[in-house]
Amino acid sequence: MLSLDEKLEELLTKYQDTPGALIPVLQQAQEIYGYLSPELIRIISSRLRIPTSRTYGVATFYSQFHLKPRGRHIIKVCQGTACHVRGGSKLMEVLKNYLGAQPGETTEDLKFTLETVACLGACGLAPVVMINDQTVGQLTPEKVLQKITTCE
Amino acid sequence: MRIKGLQDLELIKKKHLPNLNARLGNNQTAGYQVLCCTGTGCSSGGSEKVIKTLNNQIKQHDLQNKVTVYKTGCFGFCKMGPILLVHPGQIFYCLVHEKDAEEIVSEHFSKGNIVERLLYKEPIENKIYPQLKDIPFFQAQQRIALRNCGLIDPEEIEEYIANDGYFALQNVLHNLTPPGVIEIMAQSGLRGRGGGGFPVGRKWSFTAQAEDSPKYVVCNADEGDPGAFMDRSILEGDPHSVLEAMTIAGYSTGASQGVIYVRAEYPIAIKRLELAIKQAHQMGLLGENIFDSDFSFSIELRLGAGAFVCGEETALLKSAMGQRGEPRPRPPFPAVCGFRNKPTLINNVETYANVPIILRKGAAWYASLGTEKSKGTKVFSIAGKINNTGLIEVPMGTTLRTIIYDIGGGIPGGKKFKAVQTGGPSGGVIPAQLLDTTIDYESLSKIGSMMGSGGLIVMDETDCMVDIAKFYLGFSQDESCGKCTPCRVGTKRMLEIMERITQGKGEMADLDELEELARDIQETSLCGLGQHAPNPVLSTLHYFRDEYLAHVQDKRCPAGVCQELTDFVVNPEKCIACGICAKACATQAIIGEKKKNYYIDRQKCSKCGVCQTRCPKDAIFKAAMGGDNASAYQPGNNHTTYPTP
Repeated sequence: MLSLDEKLEELLTKYQDTPGALIPVLQQAQEIYGYLSPELIRIISSRLRIPTSRTYGVATFYSQFHLKPRGRHIIKVCQGTACHVRGGSKLMEVLKNYLGAQPGETTEDLKFTLETVACLGACGLAPVVMINDQTVGQLTPEKVLQKITTCE
Repeated sequence: MRIKGLQDLELIKKKHLPNLNARLGNNQTAGYQVLCCTGTGCSSGGSEKVIKTLNNQIKQHDLQNKVTVYKTGCFGFCKMGPILLVHPGQIFYCLVHEKDAEEIVSEHFSKGNIVERLLYKEPIENKIYPQLKDIPFFQAQQRIALRNCGLIDPEEIEEYIANDGYFALQNVLHNLTPPGVIEIMAQSGLRGRGGGGFPVGRKWSFTAQAEDSPKYVVCNADEGDPGAFMDRSILEGDPHSVLEAMTIAGYSTGASQGVIYVRAEYPIAIKRLELAIKQAHQMGLLGENIFDSDFSFSIELRLGAGAFVCGEETALLKSAMGQRGEPRPRPPFPAVCGFRNKPTLINNVETYANVPIILRKGAAWYASLGTEKSKGTKVFSIAGKINNTGLIEVPMGTTLRTIIYDIGGGIPGGKKFKAVQTGGPSGGVIPAQLLDTTIDYESLSKIGSMMGSGGLIVMDETDCMVDIAKFYLGFSQDESCGKCTPCRVGTKRMLEIMERITQGKGEMADLDELEELARDIQETSLCGLGQHAPNPVLSTLHYFRDEYLAHVQDKRCPAGVCQELTDFVVNPEKCIACGICAKACATQAIIGEKKKNYYIDRQKCSKCGVCQTRCPKDAIFKAAMGGDNASAYQPGNNHTTYPTP
């Protein structure tokens, strides 16, 4: 097993001479550490020879990048139209109440992060929530709470 | 094995064709073939588990020689997933769960008895349809771009070849010149399916004529329109068709490198694309000297990072180069200055999926389908308040009524149709009186909407059109990249007005200001996102002005959606005073006594709606304040009884 820093080293060695590889590097670095810390952004910038300001600009442009630690379980509530007309906002309401977190926030015990996501493209199953990598559809406020209480 | 020419393709086809023919109903094979959808929809319903159980049970019943289970792409009927299709017989099982798999094996495969309770039952007449071909949802469809979805196993390149895959590429490389291919594309009349509708032949020839090199071929798979999922389904169900088409495009335009920019939110599509690229390389269908010709082509994947604006081509190119996905003014067009500032061809997934079959069946065949200016078929995703949500493909020129009522099965719950939204946040709403509009690029823009990528969201009488317009505007505002002022500031100002209106604080002057702002934003924004962002507001203002007036003048939301303008109310006739709602209420707004009566205190109610979902007797309903339902409403009286709806 490689340590986290060794994995990062491997990643940076692979991409340091590829032009335009900043986004894949940020994506994979975030996969290793869970989020992009200021220190990580500095390391990536210096190795890819990109100004830190520009790396920061890219990291803050895309909704996928996170500059703060996230929870063990990521709950993404779909904001698509089909989910909207089928009661997606109600799912958001009960999740906000249950977790005590606003969209984009993480619970204090670092167990859950609540997020919104632009359409997941599972409109046939609206309303939809993505729990970690699993898309769960045809939800009601009750069902979604049931689902997240089974998360360890 | 490396494929060198037509003969090798024919060999593979011959080997796998009998299986495929049995699925197409052309011949009978001895055993059963089970096709199980593993697209995102059915997967989230548990189709992987169903497959596992099926395979276990098949082993237990010792039927391995008689039954084979295949994973396929999307059948389109996502509402009924997980879906199993059994050949011979085209038996269509829907809503199949793990526990049902056992019965299918022991009854159907062992004894030949069809499991009736899992067959599709049409919701209005309650008629049972055992076979896929008879189901109304599939009948009016013509699947060209989706030809392989739900038919072949997307993870097996041989199955793609068996259905004539890569034959077009072989023919192009051995028998056609690049201008010859472009001429066929031009004659077919195929137009870009991403929304713009630009003629494909013209686009290809611009890139082919550009003098700089190297050139690039890019596939826009950053399907961001909320409500559209055709590109995802094609990538999940038929990834090779996109690879084949991009390679053909590369040959025609003089490019040797392809890039697929795909949304990171589509994990299954990414997995299948990676696998398909690997398989194509192994067989020599990508890489050096494809089909032993001089032509070499390779494809790499770039994952999007979650920005809607990256669907715009210049923004996508910047993102693929590792920068902020901000659009830039055109010209220069990507055909001259695109990926790595070199000539670049960009088409979207659905456009590419049409290319191989056009080259196989000929331009005249494709041009015979559709309308005068919009040829061929179009894939639509239908969702929202409709019985048969899913993915469909119909010839251009089909009416909205056919799509919504014949294929879509109408509106659930006996509700009345109000409008259909096309074109996502860039499109507009189409009201009931225009349901007989035929769908093509021109007719939709004429009535203030647009084709867009093909998302159709159906709305019924319980949807508030002001709220819908606010929703889309909020989406565009949120996704605005911030580079140009009209879009960044203008959409924000419009959204503020919309919020005022939905909160009952709007004034008549707001409506004029909305229209004025909308026109300015349309005319002065840098890219399509801003130019089209006001469309939902303008089209709802045009067709549903009465709803805006109700919000502004009467401070009332007729559909009972806008929270500030509605109340949750207990219907005393239905209420059994069980107290479940009071327990569920987070703000202790529900007051009363068990076995007596309950009512909702308007002042305390946060209008979250949890009580409504918890009530076992549907006794809690939403009433429009000041509306017909609430005629008994009196200010200051929290005990108001509302006439039941």
